[in-house]
Amino acid sequence: MKLANKLRQLSIAVSTVAALGIACAANAADTIKVGILHSLSGTMAISETTLKDTMLMLIEEQNKKGGLLGKKLEPVVVDPASNWPLFAEKARELIAKDKVAVVFGCWTSVSRKSVLPVFEELNSLLFYPVQYEGEESSKNVFYTGAAPNQQAIPAVDYLMGRGVKRWVLAGTDYVYPRTTNKILEAYLKAKGVAADDIMINYTPFGHSDWQSIVADIKKFGSAGKKTAVVSTINGDANVPFYKELGNQGISAENIPVIAFSVGEEELSGIDTKPLVGHLAAWNYFMSVESPENDTFIEAWHKFIKNDKRVTNDPMEAHYIGFNMWVEAVKKAGTTDSDAVAEAIMGVAVPNLSGGFSAMMPNHHITKPVLIGEIQDDGQFQIVSQTPGLVAGDAWSDYLPGSKDLIADWRKPLACGNYNVKTAKCSGQNY
Amino acid sequence: MLLGKILKGDHGGKVFLLILLAVMIAVPILNALSPDHPLYLSTYTVTLLGKYLTYALLAIAVDLVWGYLGILSLGHAAFFALGGYAMGMYLMRQIGDRGVYGNPVLPDFMVFLNWPKLPWFWYGFDHFWFAALMVLLVPGLLAFVFGWLAFRSRVTGVYLSIITQALTYALMLAFFRNEMGFGGNNGLTDFKDILGFSLQSDGTRIALFIASGLALGFGYLACRALVKSRLGRVAVAIRDTEDRVRFIGYRVEHLKLAVFTFSAMLAGLAGALYVPQVGIINPGEFAPLNSIEVVIWVAMGGRATLYGAVLGAISVNYAKTWFTGAFPETWLFALGSLFVLVTLLLPRGIVGLWRRREGE
Amino acid sequence: MMLRLLVTLLMLCLSSASLAAEIETGDATLDGAFEQLLDRDFEVKAQGITALAASDNPKTDALLRGILEGGLRYLTDNKRLVWVQTHADGDHAIDALSGEDYGVYTSRKFKKFALNNAMRGQIRTLLAAEELSNPDPSVRLNAVKSMLDTVQLSDAEQFSKLLEKETDPAVRKAFGSAIALAQLNTEDPKQRHTAIAALSGQLEPTVRNALNRLAQSDPDEGVRVDAATALAEIEEKVHFYGYIETLFFGLSAGSVLVLAAIGLAITFGVMGVINMAHGELIMLGAYTTYLMQQLMPEMAGLSILLSIPTAFIVSGLVGIAIERGIIHFLYGRPLETLLATFGVSLILQQLVRTVISPQNVPVSNPDFMSGLWQINPVLSLTYNRLYIFAFCLLVFAGLFFVLKFTRLGLQVRAVSQNRAMARAMGVRSARVDALTFGLGAGIAGIAGVALSQLTNVGPNLGQAYIVDSFMVVVFGGVGNLWGTLIGGLGLGIANKLMEPWTGAVLAKILVLVFIILFIQKRPRGLFPQKGRAAEG
Repeated sequence: MKLANKLRQLSIAVSTVAALGIACAANAADTIKVGILHSLSGTMAISETTLKDTMLMLIEEQNKKGGLLGKKLEPVVVDPASNWPLFAEKARELIAKDKVAVVFGCWTSVSRKSVLPVFEELNSLLFYPVQYEGEESSKNVFYTGAAPNQQAIPAVDYLMGRGVKRWVLAGTDYVYPRTTNKILEAYLKAKGVAADDIMINYTPFGHSDWQSIVADIKKFGSAGKKTAVVSTINGDANVPFYKELGNQGISAENIPVIAFSVGEEELSGIDTKPLVGHLAAWNYFMSVESPENDTFIEAWHKFIKNDKRVTNDPMEAHYIGFNMWVEAVKKAGTTDSDAVAEAIMGVAVPNLSGGFSAMMPNHHITKPVLIGEIQDDGQFQIVSQTPGLVAGDAWSDYLPGSKDLIADWRKPLACGNYNVKTAKCSGQNY
Repeated sequence: MLLGKILKGDHGGKVFLLILLAVMIAVPILNALSPDHPLYLSTYTVTLLGKYLTYALLAIAVDLVWGYLGILSLGHAAFFALGGYAMGMYLMRQIGDRGVYGNPVLPDFMVFLNWPKLPWFWYGFDHFWFAALMVLLVPGLLAFVFGWLAFRSRVTGVYLSIITQALTYALMLAFFRNEMGFGGNNGLTDFKDILGFSLQSDGTRIALFIASGLALGFGYLACRALVKSRLGRVAVAIRDTEDRVRFIGYRVEHLKLAVFTFSAMLAGLAGALYVPQVGIINPGEFAPLNSIEVVIWVAMGGRATLYGAVLGAISVNYAKTWFTGAFPETWLFALGSLFVLVTLLLPRGIVGLWRRREGE
Repeated sequence: MMLRLLVTLLMLCLSSASLAAEIETGDATLDGAFEQLLDRDFEVKAQGITALAASDNPKTDALLRGILEGGLRYLTDNKRLVWVQTHADGDHAIDALSGEDYGVYTSRKFKKFALNNAMRGQIRTLLAAEELSNPDPSVRLNAVKSMLDTVQLSDAEQFSKLLEKETDPAVRKAFGSAIALAQLNTEDPKQRHTAIAALSGQLEPTVRNALNRLAQSDPDEGVRVDAATALAEIEEKVHFYGYIETLFFGLSAGSVLVLAAIGLAITFGVMGVINMAHGELIMLGAYTTYLMQQLMPEMAGLSILLSIPTAFIVSGLVGIAIERGIIHFLYGRPLETLLATFGVSLILQQLVRTVISPQNVPVSNPDFMSGLWQINPVLSLTYNRLYIFAFCLLVFAGLFFVLKFTRLGLQVRAVSQNRAMARAMGVRSARVDALTFGLGAGIAGIAGVALSQLTNVGPNLGQAYIVDSFMVVVFGGVGNLWGTLIGGLGLGIANKLMEPWTGAVLAKILVLVFIILFIQKRPRGLFPQKGRAAEG
């Protein structure tokens, strides 16, 4: 009897281990696998699920066009569940186990930082679609979202041109707002704004009680100078923030708020009537008038089977990134990471605002900068657009630590952070 | 000899240790096979297994206080994360001037946030022995202070559980603050090497895996020895009726404090082994839900058995890994139902399945 | 592909070229102004507004207001300016100048005028001058107030004339301030003295800024001193109101905590079930509000009121189902309820993601809950917070009544104090358990309705409140409703009092540390349960 029990114990344990051991060895060669690494559960699911759907749509369309290199594309979706260590684990799973050719994914900075060493170690490619703080350029990552100089600086210029003299820099306490605000602070001071006229405020993630802070902003704005709020408040915290703004009667004419993380998707969770006129700076708005955009929106509505769904900037970034990757694979004739990374620099594909975006040698892309005012239907009225395209700058010129750094992945330099003063290339893992 | 004494009558434990030993021998061999071999174990799987082992160690720590002492700690993830941070700080210092800004002393995030110099609490973390000491000392000290306050005032039951939760929640918020000097939300990441060995090499990964296995094995033996000792028997008595033990003349507070502190140190050790294997430590590890999850592993496996905790930790985490890959859209349904069903149908956890028969 | 692109581009060019003559009103000045208004460049659009205001057409003001409020549109087919009028058969286009009805148009056919903030401000200023003689005193009051910032010495005369005709005391006072503000700029120091005296005690930021300017840089010593004294007096008042405001913020933050926790005070406090799905029951209430609004999109106010009982029923039924299906089997094993309900919470979250959407959903505020109650220029309380505070007290009172004065309440208390004895007395404890859990869950649903007015409605809503809810119940004392109320409000106020000094995060950390230390002092919370029930 005892022996039987032991055997049972053993068998359970062994089967667990064996199940773990049954590794990949899956079918290969007849398809090209594309990894999609976006959270489908947890706090970030709100934003990232849409990007997963966008990728599925893009892959489906590409397959309708006959696939790539004569093979069909096969999406591999995993759920890193908004858990940062899990991002690294899932990235490893996609690359090592599923053998994907490329990964599209991540949203938060920390998730990107978490997977970065994995991509560098296993030499695979990641396309990162969200506006971020810069200060990074990896051999294996392509940054299709905006760097600070493609969003923040033009936005502040726009407001300065409209007589704003006093600035509130409000953000969620993490690296993107911290960096953006540091860059902006340096920029504003360089433009002659006094330290007294800048108020900086940080709040935790998901902050929901904005009463005191909005009241403070109101007080700060009543000093007789035109005041504006530059908001890098992240995701979830925005709804209660804007509701409080509306309720405390801060209208866009008194104190305009310009946001860098609020797009159509975020607004679809808010009643925008009290917010008309507040601003956002992005590289794409759903209201952009261009034939590419019309086609994209139509395809999206058809794919998602809901014509109320909106499109937003990170979706466009995936659209650009995916098409760039497709072009680069065609050019290289293979999906090999090194060959594609080599081929993609200089590739230009249509963006959704009627122009072309090109991949720069620093792995960032060129984009137009648009500034829009919120309308009562949750869309943006574009009120300003940079005349040309702005190239993403990996290392900000306004931060003391990075002003001497450049990124250029063309040979022979091939370095993500090359110090022009010391002529040294640091922080590389290879 | 000593081993035999500790494991006397602990059949489950013997089986568990044998399996652990077998896995620790088999894994490096299977990993060394050529990748085309059907039994080849990828480094990805090795790291994954290593992670499970550290979770299992954490689960043992929780089972020790919950199963044997009756303290339902909803804050053990805090000790785990603190151990992890101590290790992370060492790994951060090991990067040296290979960071993106090439600063030989300051970690990247400090350069980035204009810290003029290394804050005092980072001193010493460039030495491994110091970091290793802190891995045990910091969680231990926190548990000691916290326990000393709580047990002395006889905070028990749900109240104790909730304040342990408050503790980990407060720590999470604190570590999220960039002013704290622990990297804020991004935490510590982009580690390069440990004791001079590259973290990306297969050899280091195998070594970390084996270290985790050893820690788990010895952790198990230590807990088992503790449980079998007089101290352990008094602990069980405290769990069952605290007042009577006190009336008999035992200093219940001291005893609870000792076990609680020991358990926190084990959790810290688990965290320290976890961090180099997953490559990141950030404040999310302090989240109250994480601590609740650990309790669920223990309950799943079977409370107050120690090896049940191991089984629970590994099976739940394996289920999670598998579900998130296989059914990314619906895995929470499966996991949620699993918890409900196990609670309803297996009140004594998975271990209860055969233990009951043994009882008969 | 390329050809198609070219064709589309060409068509786009053609359509934008025809844009110029898209509006014909018959009045040449208006046509010119509207042509500018349709330009892509916002500078030109602004000139269009100026040109429109300068026109002598009698409808100018109405047109400007229509542009500002969005009611004025134009049609592309017959190039007329029209008003949108909603009838039973659809939206009619009514000619803005002749009043002719062009019949029904779909919403896409009505073209709107694009504005930016600067233009909105421009139109408002243009309209304000006209509004000073509006028959409605509240419109006049707002018009005067909106002009305070830009008031100049030359305006004083016009204001004085209007003041003579004015009958409403509030508007008279506002005119008085405007005149005094204008006179702060006079040459004569004496007149400036009088103006300062007239402005003493006024809390408007404009007044404070003007006095501040005078106190620092007026050429006359006496005026500087006077201004400084007046300013100090005002600042003192502002300070005082600042405290009241903080107190209100604290109470309202506390009332949210109480609402979130009070259902838990029943399920956890009275029944001893560690209900990890409590947050998700709140979430269900919030989603009920969303669905009710989808059912009756035009009646935000009514739908909110109806949501309260509906959310109670929805969450209550789910609660009863959880109790009957799971918890029922786990009595006597309280810690295992934690496990099972945690599983339930995962399932409910994912259910909402799958059935409704992983995104947040919009819940609009009804009109009576938007806006603020302006007590004076520095103290204003937002209506939604006021309502929620009142609602919280109401829910508390209702629950208290149920537990104290109804048969169910009596049975609930009996079962929670001594199950065996209660059964022996003929109480059907199983039924009572289900109803109690249903009651707690239903209250959580009601809390969800309130929270939907303040924050995101999404699958993560519940998780944001679960930890805080447990803290409040434990801090107040498990099993004591008063404890939950006082505890929640107290923690809210403490948090808000500290926030100005420490920032939001540190304040929250300090509150948590305080709870930990407090429990050392009083191991059974603020209001410990007494008697034998406490030993269980």
